[in-house]
Amino acid sequence: MALLEIENLVVEFQTASGPFRAVNGVSMKVHEGEVLAIVGESGSGKSVSMLAAMGLLPWTAKVTADKLAFNGRDLLGMSANERRKIVGKDIAMIFQEPIASLNPCFTVGFQIEEVLRVHMGLDKAARRKRAIELFEAVGIPDPAERLNHYPHQMSGGQCQRVMIAIAIACNPKLLIADEPTTALDVTIQKQILDLLMKLQAEHKMGLIMITHNMGVVAETADRVVVQYKGRKMEEADVLTLFENPKSNYTRALLAALPDNATGDRLPTISELFVDEGAAQ
Amino acid sequence: MSVILEARNLVRDYHIPGGLLKKAKTVHALKGVSFSVEQGKTLAIVGESGCGKSTLGRILTLIDPATSGELLIEGKKIDIAKGDMTPEMRRKVQIVFQNPYGSLNPRQKIGDILMEPLVINTDTPADERRDRAMTMLKKVGLTELHFNRYPHMFSGGQRQRIAIARALMLNPKLLVLDEPVSALDLSVQAQVLNLLADLQDEFKLTYVFISHDLSVVRYIADDVMVMYFGEAVEYGSRDEVFADPKHSYTKTLFAATPRADVASIKARLAKKRAA
Amino acid sequence: MSQAAATSAVSTDPSRRARLAEFWYYFAENRGAVIGLVFFLFLVLLAVFAPWIAPHDPVAQYRDAVLVPPVWQEAGRADYLLGTDAVGRDMLSRLIYGTRFSLFVGVIVTTLSLVGGIALGVIAGYFRGWVDTVIMRVMDIILAFPSLLLALVLVAVLGPGLVNAMIAIALVFQPHFVRLTRAAVMSEKTRDYVVAAKVAGAGHGRLMFKTILPNCMAPLIVQATLSFSSAILDAAALGFLGMGAQPPTPEWGTMLAEAREFISSHWWVVTLPGIAILVTVLAINLMGDGLRDALDPKLKRS
Repeated sequence: MALLEIENLVVEFQTASGPFRAVNGVSMKVHEGEVLAIVGESGSGKSVSMLAAMGLLPWTAKVTADKLAFNGRDLLGMSANERRKIVGKDIAMIFQEPIASLNPCFTVGFQIEEVLRVHMGLDKAARRKRAIELFEAVGIPDPAERLNHYPHQMSGGQCQRVMIAIAIACNPKLLIADEPTTALDVTIQKQILDLLMKLQAEHKMGLIMITHNMGVVAETADRVVVQYKGRKMEEADVLTLFENPKSNYTRALLAALPDNATGDRLPTISELFVDEGAAQ
Repeated sequence: MSVILEARNLVRDYHIPGGLLKKAKTVHALKGVSFSVEQGKTLAIVGESGCGKSTLGRILTLIDPATSGELLIEGKKIDIAKGDMTPEMRRKVQIVFQNPYGSLNPRQKIGDILMEPLVINTDTPADERRDRAMTMLKKVGLTELHFNRYPHMFSGGQRQRIAIARALMLNPKLLVLDEPVSALDLSVQAQVLNLLADLQDEFKLTYVFISHDLSVVRYIADDVMVMYFGEAVEYGSRDEVFADPKHSYTKTLFAATPRADVASIKARLAKKRAA
Repeated sequence: MSQAAATSAVSTDPSRRARLAEFWYYFAENRGAVIGLVFFLFLVLLAVFAPWIAPHDPVAQYRDAVLVPPVWQEAGRADYLLGTDAVGRDMLSRLIYGTRFSLFVGVIVTTLSLVGGIALGVIAGYFRGWVDTVIMRVMDIILAFPSLLLALVLVAVLGPGLVNAMIAIALVFQPHFVRLTRAAVMSEKTRDYVVAAKVAGAGHGRLMFKTILPNCMAPLIVQATLSFSSAILDAAALGFLGMGAQPPTPEWGTMLAEAREFISSHWWVVTLPGIAILVTVLAINLMGDGLRDALDPKLKRS
């Protein structure tokens, strides 16, 4: 059974100029212990579809789907309260801006212990102990001391480690990482990606990696979903995708990578790919 | 080939005044950087956040003065702290910023954005200003229709084209490109890089390309300078630096860059299966 | 050239219309704001066409009709729909003419404090350093006084009258605009487009007023609407205290002051100007809230 199952997901936003369809009939599945990368450029709806699955979209969004289930339980039908119990405990999420995702008014220790209190119901001493363990697990040196620090006292990479520690605090079955390394330097990106892959393997988590960076996809994913303008263009395992992409869009995307440049001009997407959806 | 830009031992210190409980301290953002760029070439400055590459960019664009060291543009020494900033000097160096959403005035129409440098620096008649702005707009791949629109009606890539057009309005010799494509999508990034290459050929422009993205740098640069904590740890031609990095930091940087080729994916998957 | 001008006219129009449509979409989501706007427009029409709408001369005293109650009460007369005051002046006409003064006060006070506040605020926020310190400390001193008290002192110095009252209120309101402008300028100043204008060679004056200022207007417009209503309120208060418009001017605050002694015996003389002030201020505040809703998301998006 799949961990997260999405069938024909549609998300519409009400705007001043009428309804805007951000996600248009996307289906995908994530299995236990699998790394799924969702790749797309801005406006492809890759983040929105995951936020919709977690029920984190503002009220202006209209979410419909034929099926939206986590671990066999229907997410759309359940009450907000039940859903909150799953989101944050069994599904965790980390975001692009690590420093902005932490509350600047509280120490990182308080923030991680709060999650442990709400979802795990641990007592004070157990919370502290678990928090230190988690900090060790994500590679924060001197964890007992670091718990008393405020987010602004830490670097972006350290903050992202804290976010990951909070995300895995309740042993989630599924971790959704939304551009987790986009705001970070390359050397830090490497460390964070290595950490995520290590934790994923250790805990046999499902991991959804939302990214626009083909390099990150190549270094992490088992399976890849390519999205464009709210529609799914292709789904394949990672090697097939890079070796033998089926959709024209994926092919164009790969050709536009400067790493693959052959001449002194890069092929651009518009030369290689005609938007089939535009005519609809 | 004539040298357009030469920097000799540029230093920039930031003095942070002390308060009641803090001691005053000095941050060394640049610790003596030297390099030169020839006409029509591209020097890429690579480094991670806090390495001083943006500080260097601001000094080269004559926005901030250097604390010490010499900056020569077309062989002429210039020191804005001494106030030898003339409109002619101003026109020689222009900049394109990273964030295309912040670099265009949201209350100005595209036409006015393009014509502003001419209004300030020259006494070109209004008709000619308009014609030149129109020509430049077409040169960067936009149309006359866009002339009277506001920046918020454009996509990131289009805005970056406008920013490039604005920088070129004064026919500069040197363009400082401060991470010009890192906020853009992959497909748009390719278009903007191509545009930059076309413009370089056409106007014999010299680029200083500041970036953290090694794959872009490898594609566009002639020379590469790697910076680390305010120092240039590696400086040489692109092929030299990429083929044989000398400094350990450069090696770390190369090793950390994710690779999107089939061979490395195969290697990774094999390793994973073995584990 | 003419053809280019023609295309420009065509391509600007839809852009501006789209902006207006978007603005209206967010404004209209707030129903209170729309009601406020409608009422405000009604007041503007009343003020403009007062001589044609008002049934009587606002200062004419009808000796045969002193303290006549409104028409729906016993002894009310159809000639005087809302009754008359202690010297036999028609209440309805006086209230209608009163809108003229209130709106006049609002417009002048807001304009004065807005212009002064923007100039000082832009200078303080742009140059910082000692210029900023001097300007902001003076503003802090003004803010340290209770606003009505300071206005009262200023009017006492300048002499009572509507014009002096307006100047005093404008001076009291100014610090709010200075602060708001300064904060907006400081955050805009570091944006890339300002640096880009600097690289293009723009001087201080151009940077301050052509590049930065237009991007700081949204919060100022909201604040201006809100101070429009406060100005009306303060002018009424000064009038009530005898320091604003002088009798027989049909200014609402002054009308209240004249009617103080009838508060228990003839309610309409006191209540009606009071309601006029209340409803006007409420309408403008509602409108200001709607403006904030419509303009602020724009700030976040750009």
